Amino acid sequence: MANVLLEMKNIIKEFPGVIALNNVNIQVKQGEIHCLVGENGAGKSTLMKVLSGVYPYGSYSGEIIFNGEIMNFSNISDSENVGIAIIYQELALVPELSIYENIFLGHEIKSGFLKTVDWNETVIRAKAELLKVKLNINPDVKVKELGIGKQQLVEITKALSKNVKLLILDEPTAALNEGDSENLLNLLIELKNQGVTSIMISHKLKEVLAIADTITVLRDGQTICSLDCKGTNVTESMIIKNMVGREIADIYPKRKSVDIGEVNLEVKNWNAFDKTNRHVLKDINLNVRKGEIIGISGLMGSGRTEFALSIFGNSTDYKISGETFIEGNEVLLKTPYHAIKSGIAYVSEDRKGNGLILINDIIENISIANLKKISKYGVLNKSVEIINAEKFRNALKIKTPSIEQIVGNLSGGNQQKVSLSKWLFTNPNVLILDEPTRGIDVGAKFEIYTIMNELVKQGMSIIMISSELSEILGMSDRVYVMSEGKITGELAIKEANQEKIMELATIGGH
Amino acid sequence: MNIIRKNVREYGMYIALIVIWLTFSITSNGLFMSAQNINNLFLQTGYIAVLAVGMTLVIIIRHIDLSVGYLSGFLGAVTALLLIETNIPVLIVLFIVVIIGIFVGLMNGSLIARIGIPSFVVTLAGMLIFRGGLLQVTLSQTLIPRSDFFALIGSGYIPSIRVISGMHLSTLLLGLVGILFFAVMEIKNRKNKIDYNFEVLPLKLFIMKILVISIAILYITFLLASHRGFSWTLLIVLAVVFIYHFIMNKTVLGRHIYAVGGNPEAAKLSGINVKFITTIVFGSMGLLSAISGILFTARLNSAGPNAGAGFELDAVAAAYIGGVSAAGGVGKVTGSIIGALVMASLTNGMNLIGIGVSFQYIIRGIVLIAAVIFDIRTRNMKLAK
Repeated sequence: MANVLLEMKNIIKEFPGVIALNNVNIQVKQGEIHCLVGENGAGKSTLMKVLSGVYPYGSYSGEIIFNGEIMNFSNISDSENVGIAIIYQELALVPELSIYENIFLGHEIKSGFLKTVDWNETVIRAKAELLKVKLNINPDVKVKELGIGKQQLVEITKALSKNVKLLILDEPTAALNEGDSENLLNLLIELKNQGVTSIMISHKLKEVLAIADTITVLRDGQTICSLDCKGTNVTESMIIKNMVGREIADIYPKRKSVDIGEVNLEVKNWNAFDKTNRHVLKDINLNVRKGEIIGISGLMGSGRTEFALSIFGNSTDYKISGETFIEGNEVLLKTPYHAIKSGIAYVSEDRKGNGLILINDIIENISIANLKKISKYGVLNKSVEIINAEKFRNALKIKTPSIEQIVGNLSGGNQQKVSLSKWLFTNPNVLILDEPTRGIDVGAKFEIYTIMNELVKQGMSIIMISSELSEILGMSDRVYVMSEGKITGELAIKEANQEKIMELATIGGH
Repeated sequence: MNIIRKNVREYGMYIALIVIWLTFSITSNGLFMSAQNINNLFLQTGYIAVLAVGMTLVIIIRHIDLSVGYLSGFLGAVTALLLIETNIPVLIVLFIVVIIGIFVGLMNGSLIARIGIPSFVVTLAGMLIFRGGLLQVTLSQTLIPRSDFFALIGSGYIPSIRVISGMHLSTLLLGLVGILFFAVMEIKNRKNKIDYNFEVLPLKLFIMKILVISIAILYITFLLASHRGFSWTLLIVLAVVFIYHFIMNKTVLGRHIYAVGGNPEAAKLSGINVKFITTIVFGSMGLLSAISGILFTARLNSAGPNAGAGFELDAVAAAYIGGVSAAGGVGKVTGSIIGALVMASLTNGMNLIGIGVSFQYIIRGIVLIAAVIFDIRTRNMKLAK
């Protein structure tokens, strides 16, 4: 049996009023990939914060044994010093600095009498480190010019350059497309072969099954089980069952055959140029019918979100040519205001960045896009507003002690439901959902899918943008695939499969 | 006691104000709380308070306006000049000045919103321009308008109707109406919240809160009524606060302003015209700068070549003390008024007990820092729950 690198014993962490971790035990063996799964709020992140010293020794009870020694970390640098590195979902890179500056930020290579930074040595070392993650790139490039996938690699390089023994990744593929995700997973296996142990938190069970040696499931702050993937045949449904404590028959609820009606929204000859006159969207033709869900698939950077934002009242300020029709009538969607008025709603992929106002409460977030409906002569009727928010809270099952709760305090799934409520309140005919289930747990995902089915049953059209192929295949009636700003294919759901979509997504726009 | 924790910031400010007032009352042997001094204090607070109201909105939408000090000085001087050099009736002069103020504000707002110049730079330029404008209008002299009506705005009092045992009846009535209005609104508000099952203050605390505030208003009303009554300045400031409080809390426009401050990207995607809101907020700042300049010039009944210097910073400080967040989206008009009152009370009180100007600045600086520390601490507490 391999050596145990890390053992966390009987960890209990309490917050005022809540027990976040209730007697958690976890054992990570030397040189394995250990996956940590569980619904949002199960305690995964809290556990990792205990491990990395964000919650210092003394604020929890239990023992952390690393490399055979009991560790009492009082801050993050303590854990870094023994070789534990965490890579969070929100990357901690400085966009305006170059790759090499970022890699050695905080542990600069110094030389000479004055201990000044040795930039030559830094660049040389950076190049070597980058090769370890198979990133062949000039380290002089600024981080902001890299795609999110490469940024993540830089972050991993940064951790590796500190001689990391245990690498912890918090949902590393949440923001990545399929191609980049695969690269990353291969890299983790590569690192494992080099002797680096890693812990990965992920909601994507397919990847977990693909790379994990051991899977630990947390639920409600407790260790439910630890599954050894080498000996036994672990399946997705086994994990889900342990995560939610109940069996989910099907991840994608079936729609009772909906009558697909007239064309609702049609986009013709849609071209867009950004401020630097780059041709971002090329000759896009697309339509969506009443009662239909169309999926837009494509790799990161294929122009999916840009397309959605450009129809949604040109919110990216592109130069645009082309026509949009709603129910056969041409409409001009000059600003988001006009788009909303024409019955289009856009639920952003970035809930925290541009979807919600995190410092405001649920009530205000739900009504903000349609204040007209709850006001007279510009004066708000707060009673109507509250009744309305209460209505959505019940209809979408937003879990919160009160609708006066600040949205920033809600879990990802509940935030997404607030975001959805906000847009449903504008009474849309066409609902654009950009990554509707990113970063939310299995239970909440199922609820969102159920809501989507309910909406198309009422005759709404849904355009769903997603990086998850299984979601596209599971929910759409028709699939458009984008690549380099172009629609490279349209597939009826019957003829669509993962291979065909990936092929169309990678053929390029020319 | 979540509800108390949620509002600890606000209550803390009122408590701080009371502590400051009590301290000065004792150290000045009661002079601080004399009718004449309280009256004075309100007159001194007025022109900064008006600016602080506008600055609150500007900071809420994550901007700053450095031009308001010299703009109000400049507009005050223009008022004086028009009154001296022309025969235009006073009310029309005031109207013209207010229009100029709004125009300048909209210009600032357009440069910031449409061209995308940082507000710090635009208004810094404005500060220089109006400083020059002020010198040009006054020709570095002090202008003295000779209009009794104009002077009334800055140093006059509402007619008393009748004096009952040394008290001005109109002032007493207004004070009582104010208390009644306040109590009715609070009770209605509480009832509404209970109807929707929201958390409210426990009844005992609620009654205490109403009593304390009512008694405070009543006390000040009696104090002022026994002296010369409410000043016009006080009523103008109260009207401005009332209108802005209403806009920010009860209207679509107010909600849009908070949304733009809370998350401009989300606001834009919610169909809110962020550029329009930005322009409007700076327009309102221009309007309030004009009112502030008029109040200040009327109070001194003169416009000097250095009028308005540093007002902008007093207004910013008042807003921060009043709980406006530099990160945007958070702040109350009423808070900023209390902030302005705290700052003015410190100056006034320290003058009374003879603390030198140098120490006054230092103490006010410390109070500003303390207020913001308190703010950050209580805000973190809220998030951690």
